[in-house]
Amino acid sequence: MNRSIAALVAGASALLLAAGCASDKPTATATAPGASASAPAVAASSGTGEQSKFFVQADFDAELAMRTQDAEGPADKPWEQAIAPEMIDTAKYKKDGPYHLCFSNAAVNNPWRQVGWKTMQAEVALHKEITKFTALDAEGKDDKQISDIAELVGQDCDALIVSPNTTATLTPAVTAACPKIPVIVFDRGVETDCPVTFINPIGGYAFGADGAEFLVEKVPAGGKILALRILPGVDVLETRWSAAKVSFDKSQLNVVGVEFTDGDAAKTKSIVSDYIQRHGKIDGVWMDAGATAVAAIEAFEDAGQPVPAIVGEDQQDFLQKWKDGGLTAVAPTYPTYQWRTPVIAALKILKGEEVPKRWKLPQPKITSESLDTYLQPNMPPLHYALCGCEDLPDFPAKWGGK
Amino acid sequence: MRALRSMGPIFLVLAVLLVLIAAANPFFLEPAGFLAFVKRAAPLVILAAGQYFVIVSGEFDLSVGSLVTVQVVVAARLIDGEESATWWVLALLIVIGLLVGLVNGVITTGLRVPSFITTLGMMLVLSGAVFLWTGGAPRGALSETFRMFGRKDLGAVPWSVLILLVMGGAAIMLMRSDFGKRLMATGDNERAAGLSGVRVNRTRILAFVISGLAAAVAGILLGGFAGVSAQVGQGLEFQAITAVVLGGVALGGGRGSVVAAMAGALTLEALFTLLNLYGISGALEYAVQGVIIIAAVAAGAVRLPFKRVARA
Repeated sequence: MNRSIAALVAGASALLLAAGCASDKPTATATAPGASASAPAVAASSGTGEQSKFFVQADFDAELAMRTQDAEGPADKPWEQAIAPEMIDTAKYKKDGPYHLCFSNAAVNNPWRQVGWKTMQAEVALHKEITKFTALDAEGKDDKQISDIAELVGQDCDALIVSPNTTATLTPAVTAACPKIPVIVFDRGVETDCPVTFINPIGGYAFGADGAEFLVEKVPAGGKILALRILPGVDVLETRWSAAKVSFDKSQLNVVGVEFTDGDAAKTKSIVSDYIQRHGKIDGVWMDAGATAVAAIEAFEDAGQPVPAIVGEDQQDFLQKWKDGGLTAVAPTYPTYQWRTPVIAALKILKGEEVPKRWKLPQPKITSESLDTYLQPNMPPLHYALCGCEDLPDFPAKWGGK
Repeated sequence: MRALRSMGPIFLVLAVLLVLIAAANPFFLEPAGFLAFVKRAAPLVILAAGQYFVIVSGEFDLSVGSLVTVQVVVAARLIDGEESATWWVLALLIVIGLLVGLVNGVITTGLRVPSFITTLGMMLVLSGAVFLWTGGAPRGALSETFRMFGRKDLGAVPWSVLILLVMGGAAIMLMRSDFGKRLMATGDNERAAGLSGVRVNRTRILAFVISGLAAAVAGILLGGFAGVSAQVGQGLEFQAITAVVLGGVALGGGRGSVVAAMAGALTLEALFTLLNLYGISGALEYAVQGVIIIAAVAAGAVRLPFKRVARA
């Protein structure tokens, strides 16, 4: 009776564990510190696993090159800048104002999108010629966004801004909208070049490489690196990790673990605590997104250990910890100021001015030198520093600041 | 001895898992290492104890996960980093927990809505309310005092372990009291219990209220442990139910001990820790929970006839 439960459970766990051991052993016993890393054969045993199937060498090379290229446009307004723009003519879209802009938003379900959405609304409010702004929130659902786009096309919008929820699924909806009104896509892309312009920062490879290169520079050879990822299979996150993997594979660092946190703070903290216990010491933490960076830092604090070199993002709670603890840290960013650009682009297009076909925004990283510029103690903990919203009306109150 | 035999198996499984963890991670054998584990398990153990009361009375409570999220998000927004707001917000959280439990109980018993539906509805209402109120992402910050309970230690012992001991002790006492006997009778055979003078509805409502209280405490500990997050309660209701089932408590009510339910939660947490130690994490946790629920309930169904014979 009760024993049978025990037997079943024990049996099931034993099976799962056995499977786990079998698949995990190679990783756990991975690279010996100081192993020669330049030989390609070593890459397979550096503890970083197989390269992501999302990895595209040409895109990787292009993004890494873009990091050092100068962007064109006003230096104090990075949201108006563009890296290596190929301008296209938009005369055929020219029409007189006032304008009705429409926006199909993937979601506002995380702090990054919230900051961005507020910033976009403030940008719209700057322009008197926009008399109507219709925005539909797809609540993170592809099917809702497909019908949202169809609905907006049916209204008398002068231009349509789309922030797609997923790339492949939204492509047909965007393709259908293109012939009817000028379409501007930003953040995640679509698999068609029919939109007038596609706006985003440099991208995931640059983000991932910025963090990994920092650790390679700061952590001594043989140092133990823990890589924390949110979840597998999402292109923007896969590119971040795959670029970091390239850096780590070329380095003398020992990646002792690559873990998925689901973006959950408690889980992140537990995973990091387990690694500290298991390895005694972790010398560097790489993250594919900074939202749980503070939880990772707390794991070291609670274990009574100094916080090692860590990669975060431009959220205020992380920047504050960085400043207070004098951490060795870097914050690659995926700037929320990109939410301003689509509105500016839409107006340019409707006025018949040229816009870049691929509008690549600069993607700065925060270093200990620039930390003080971005740390804003009056802003809420989850606010993103690179909102480019400081000059907008109702700042900081609208963004939750004091 | 009899008591030990009736809840023995789960302790055996737990012991095996703890040995395996210790083998992979010797630090686990030190007091600090073991206490860290209990600290991490405390919220789930408390939730499982609360869930036990509802399950043993023959019902379910699916709303605890989103209730935990509500607690953390509301606390962060109301405290907003102000130390002075800590205590009244803590009191408010407890009241919210009790109130949600009361509503679940009254709707289930008074309107005769199956608890599966009542609490599923409550789960959706709470998640929707949180989303509406926060606009999708939590705002504000918790104070240091608030976080103390889930994060800091009193001397060498974490606060959450102390709170767990108090809550666990209270749960055991409750089950030994008359209320516990009435609750068990209600879950075993509602009609018989009613005929022998048990106020079935009132007993069940109280079970839901206890579960709500447990969720409030778990929320306070989880918020303290890792800070503000809108995902903090995700999937916790299923973890709590899995833990209770793993402890050998019969779904449908009437059988099982609260100690075994709490041991079930420790076992589940030990299993997660072990999976993590061996580098298997993420999606597999759900699969493991699924296997456990099905296996444990299947095992429970097999044993039913024997139990009846034994009783006769």
